[in-house]
Amino acid sequence: MSGARPKLEWRNVTKRFGDVTVLDRLTLSVETGRSMVIIGGSGQGKSVMIKLALGLVAPDGGRVVLDGRGLPGFGGRLQRRLLARSGVLFQSAALFDSLTVWENVAFRLINADGVSRKAARRRALDALARVRLEEAVADVFPSELSGGMQKRVGLARAIAADPEVLFFDEPTTGLDPVTAAVINDLIVDQVRRLGCTAVSITHDLASARRIGDEIAMLHEGQIVWQGAPGELDQTSNPHVRAFVAG
Amino acid sequence: MAPAAALTPVRAVGRLTLLCLQTLGAVTLFALRSLRAILLGPWFPGQILRQLAAIGFFSLPVVGLTAVFTGAALALNIYTGGGRFNAEQIMPQIVALGITRELGPVLAALMLAGRVSATIAAEIGAMRTTEQIDAMRTLSTDPFGYLVAPRIVAAVIALPILTVVADIIGIGGGWAVAVGFLDFNPTVYIRATVDFVQAGDVGTGLLKAMVFGLIVALMGCYHGYRATGGARGVGRATTNAVVSAAILIFASDYLLTTLFTRR
Repeated sequence: MSGARPKLEWRNVTKRFGDVTVLDRLTLSVETGRSMVIIGGSGQGKSVMIKLALGLVAPDGGRVVLDGRGLPGFGGRLQRRLLARSGVLFQSAALFDSLTVWENVAFRLINADGVSRKAARRRALDALARVRLEEAVADVFPSELSGGMQKRVGLARAIAADPEVLFFDEPTTGLDPVTAAVINDLIVDQVRRLGCTAVSITHDLASARRIGDEIAMLHEGQIVWQGAPGELDQTSNPHVRAFVAG
Repeated sequence: MAPAAALTPVRAVGRLTLLCLQTLGAVTLFALRSLRAILLGPWFPGQILRQLAAIGFFSLPVVGLTAVFTGAALALNIYTGGGRFNAEQIMPQIVALGITRELGPVLAALMLAGRVSATIAAEIGAMRTTEQIDAMRTLSTDPFGYLVAPRIVAAVIALPILTVVADIIGIGGGWAVAVGFLDFNPTVYIRATVDFVQAGDVGTGLLKAMVFGLIVALMGCYHGYRATGGARGVGRATTNAVVSAAILIFASDYLLTTLFTRR
């Protein structure tokens, strides 16, 4: 731990779905400018952590804190501020299938930031170039692209408005190893270029090692281990050892 | 066991009552959030125009065809009924009244319930199950403003216009049958219709159409927005949207007709 100011914190957060407690007084903080990767098995609540931070679901206990101030839930001014300064790459890319690629990338610029369509298209093409996609794909619909290209468009959409916080939900799931490595490299490049804070969740260890400055392991609703990627193989924590050993 | 068994029907009624109240509450909250988005914005005029075309313009053929056949069949039925007490000549007036006050708005709304409620529920449901709605929120855009409000506004504007079209074509269907098969004088038929129909008859139908437009879009959006569970969930949302819209159209039609009937 460097002792730097935390950008985003989950403080004693509890989340239940029916009788199932998914997160149990979970506490984790991500320092400004750092890339935190949360690993864990399927169904452990990794996606829920991101959704809580984005206000897409409300916590049953505790709170999520941005820049030292508690997020009041979706609709609040602080929540809107976080959303305005954040970018998200969804597991399924979640591209709008009724819009072309460039309209997807420029969606926030046109509909929330009031940028003209002409200027937004220019910025969208720039964002597409940053994820190494050619201008030719700008006018096609997402359904015409491969899974890897859809992920790149999702990444371009996440970075188009130069966010301060980036969230990546299973960025390499469903991709072949070569394409996954390309996506990992693009994520690292863009996080460094923007100098932003990044929170990623994955169960892909190769991806976690590549994109994380720090890794946290989520198990049964709590963070059971936290350390640098290099410490993953040295730790005696049984949950991490079992996860690494597969 | 006997007292527990005796309570089973009570429990079932209780459960049903709670479910009804829960659904009513959820629909009311959804409608209030939609109203807030409609009144306070941000507004998306491009989306409203797109929905006006999808809901209004592209529904013209189905509404027109339904109206022409219904008008023609209505004319034949009234001719048969009127003939039983030598009152065939009243046919133009009854056709006009039936179409403008009742069948024009109700049939247009039912066609829209089948065509538009289903489409809206499927579109929004698919967006919900593929995280597109979550993505929209993370892109600082309120889905109620971008997806729900434009559809409701477009349906409330489009259905009265479609009703006017249905009124004209429906009356035209009755006229065609009367002139073609029943030896009515074309000019006399039109004169009888124009002289009889009052602005209030058409106005009643248009007011109903606005309420039906709200129901059609609201049910499509509500069920689509709450869709869960992939393709099966989207299918269920589509069915629920059409069925609930149709039932609410009939129920509100009765209530509105009661309101507009002078005794």
